Amino acid sequence: MRHAFDQNVGVLRRMFASKLSGVFNILVIGIALSLPAGMYVLLQNAQGLVDQFSGTPQISLFMSRDAKAADVDALRKQLEQQPEIERVQFVPRAQALEQLKKSSGLSDVIGGLSQNPLPDAFIVYPRPNQAEALDRLRTELAKLPKVEQAQLDSAWAYKLEALLKFGRMLVLILASLLSLALVAITFNTIRLQILTQREEIEVSKLIGATNAFIRRPFLYFGAIQGLLGGITAWLIISVSLMLLNHQLVGLAELYASQFALHPLSLGDSLTLLFFSMYLGWLGAWLSVARHLSQIEPR
Amino acid sequence: MPLREIFHGYGSVIAMIKLNQVHKRYPGGYQALKNVTLEIAEGEMVFLTGHSGAGKSTLLKLIAAIERPNLGSVLVNHQNVGVLKPRALPYLRRNLGIIFQDHKLLFDRSVFDNVMLPLQICGFDYRESHKRARAALDKVGLLRREKSQPIALSGGEQQRLCIARAIVNRPSILLADEPTGNLDTEYAHEIMDIFKSFHQVGVTLLISTHDESVLKNDDARVLALKHGELQT
Repeated sequence: MRHAFDQNVGVLRRMFASKLSGVFNILVIGIALSLPAGMYVLLQNAQGLVDQFSGTPQISLFMSRDAKAADVDALRKQLEQQPEIERVQFVPRAQALEQLKKSSGLSDVIGGLSQNPLPDAFIVYPRPNQAEALDRLRTELAKLPKVEQAQLDSAWAYKLEALLKFGRMLVLILASLLSLALVAITFNTIRLQILTQREEIEVSKLIGATNAFIRRPFLYFGAIQGLLGGITAWLIISVSLMLLNHQLVGLAELYASQFALHPLSLGDSLTLLFFSMYLGWLGAWLSVARHLSQIEPR
Repeated sequence: MPLREIFHGYGSVIAMIKLNQVHKRYPGGYQALKNVTLEIAEGEMVFLTGHSGAGKSTLLKLIAAIERPNLGSVLVNHQNVGVLKPRALPYLRRNLGIIFQDHKLLFDRSVFDNVMLPLQICGFDYRESHKRARAALDKVGLLRREKSQPIALSGGEQQRLCIARAIVNRPSILLADEPTGNLDTEYAHEIMDIFKSFHQVGVTLLISTHDESVLKNDDARVLALKHGELQT
């Protein structure tokens, strides 16, 4: 194997000899790949949010401010008779205020209020159901007496979910187009490499080199260039996320929240690297198949 | 391949190269070879002479399957190379050492690496190929220049480098196209002496030349081409 390795190292060294154009090629590939991959990361993060909320759809029933304890009991009974409802939880207005103080980070503001502006509320946990069914239930509950407002808490999650579907399609289209661009870049680079090494290819054929032997270093070159492009894309995404998270920490602190963007997972990172390597290899293969046969010794 | 062709080569001596009524016409309509029939035995040294354009290069190219005949058969080591599949070509050429009129050296690497190329192609192991490359360079007297760039070599040295590359994987047939073409007489005789030493170890040689002076002291067979036809 040593000789094969030796041969390939020699050829690859000559191919990578033009450092600047090589670096630019890798940079172009990296940037092209980082666009869809970066969007994918943001989508994954948004998806995480959606999963967190839409997993337990709830309906908040806010009672009117003049509701008495008797009204609350009556409403509770009515709710418990509904077959679509699993259980209900009563949140007295005082408790709601406490919760708001804790979770929103606005305790200073709330502390300054002279009276509790919040109404009593029920949190209704419906049985697992479709989005439309939940919507219908919400309308029904809103008509109950002494109910000021019924709000489907996960409604925004469903809307976001739909938006994410759109985003995913966008990423898919972008990824397909830019993958094609990566193949095209490699195709062209290899075409130039073949042209500059035309003499060597011709002589090698005359001396008895098989097509596989001549093809091999070009395929390696394409794969390595693709892989380096993939690594560049990974670095671009990781550094960008780090910068974004740095800003988010400040923002999240203001809202007393722990939110941060998650980086690419190990599996996704490996997929990115493998995919970019494969695309580089594919571009090289197409180029070699197209151009090598045109070089015949005369 | 019909049996008749497979056994065609067996005569009194084993024919290494055998051309049978070969015609070669180039796409432009130029008739390079007309009805050429010849036989070269194993271990024989043969000169091919003729004016420029007589078809010497074409004949060598047919043997190396760089060109294919329009008519007739070209047998090398009992193999009809005119009908070889492209994927079989490399294995034919590994058994041939070809010395090109224009050298075809690679100027992006050292003398030593030029000689290494055929060994890398054939897949020799690292140690063995280094040994062989040194031996081949020593044989043509270029061992001291192994680290030089080919561009720094004189015409005669470049020619000898081309020979070293052709013999490094020890082919049984050596084809040389005008090996002394641009060299003065002294260099030309040096080159011829190298060829004679290959002849002595049993290599089959076919050497084309328009320079009759290098033939004078030789008892080797001479084939003369004139306007694509073999003179008898």
